[in-house]
Amino acid sequence: MSEGVLREVELALPMVPEMEIEASQTATAIAKSIRMSPDRIDEVRMAVVEACINALEHSHSSDQEVFVTFQVLGDPEPVKLRIMVKDHGIGFSPEVQEEPTMEGKIKAVRKRGWGLKIIRGLMDEVEIHSGADGTTVVMSKMR
Amino acid sequence: MTETLSVTVDRREGLAVIYTEGYINNQGGEEIAKVAYKLLDEGYKILLLNLAGTKIVNSIGISILIEIIEKMLEIDGKLGFCCLTPTIEKTFHIMGLAQYAPIYSDEASAVAQIRA
Repeated sequence: MSEGVLREVELALPMVPEMEIEASQTATAIAKSIRMSPDRIDEVRMAVVEACINALEHSHSSDQEVFVTFQVLGDPEPVKLRIMVKDHGIGFSPEVQEEPTMEGKIKAVRKRGWGLKIIRGLMDEVEIHSGADGTTVVMSKMR
Repeated sequence: MTETLSVTVDRREGLAVIYTEGYINNQGGEEIAKVAYKLLDEGYKILLLNLAGTKIVNSIGISILIEIIEKMLEIDGKLGFCCLTPTIEKTFHIMGLAQYAPIYSDEASAVAQIRA
């Protein structure tokens, strides 16, 4: 089934503490508008928070902004919410990132690094595009 | 926009229940840790974290909760969670956190079981 973009909303957020809350509130409003179930909305909200925090913490972006695009996809009814979180930072190699485990983290000095694992666990589809011009996390949830 | 966390404690016989209200981010996690370590200093070795008032967490805040779990393991204590939203519970399972800190659906069953 082809899925056209029925609606698109873009945010440009400054990299300041708790900007992820603003992105998550927009995600919630759009997900509600397509009648996504409350539990799935909550999962989208948490994934958006994690993607924004990753950009905030790790991108080292010179423009100090995170760009979040929300797309409602469907034909003609909404079937999917796609969210793209983009930064213009230094990028990273997702394929060489070691997947965190509790066994490893419980004794480790650095206990962070869970963002991508949480995003992958909460969303239906996740793609990461990263290079010298920045990183884009593309994640989708069916309605 | 700010969603600060407030923490309250109910000290009981051999167990303390920590109640949170708000967003568990890095500051929220630090606030919980401060309260938890104070309770350990007071001699409590069983802590129950009731998250009924928390609808959103982030991985930085959870990382600080993992530090508390590590501390509890070191002293042979117990940390449990109760009253989580389905998404927070799912997140804890994704991370494998539930292997180290049991999750209970409600406070009454948590208090009964964590003491066992």
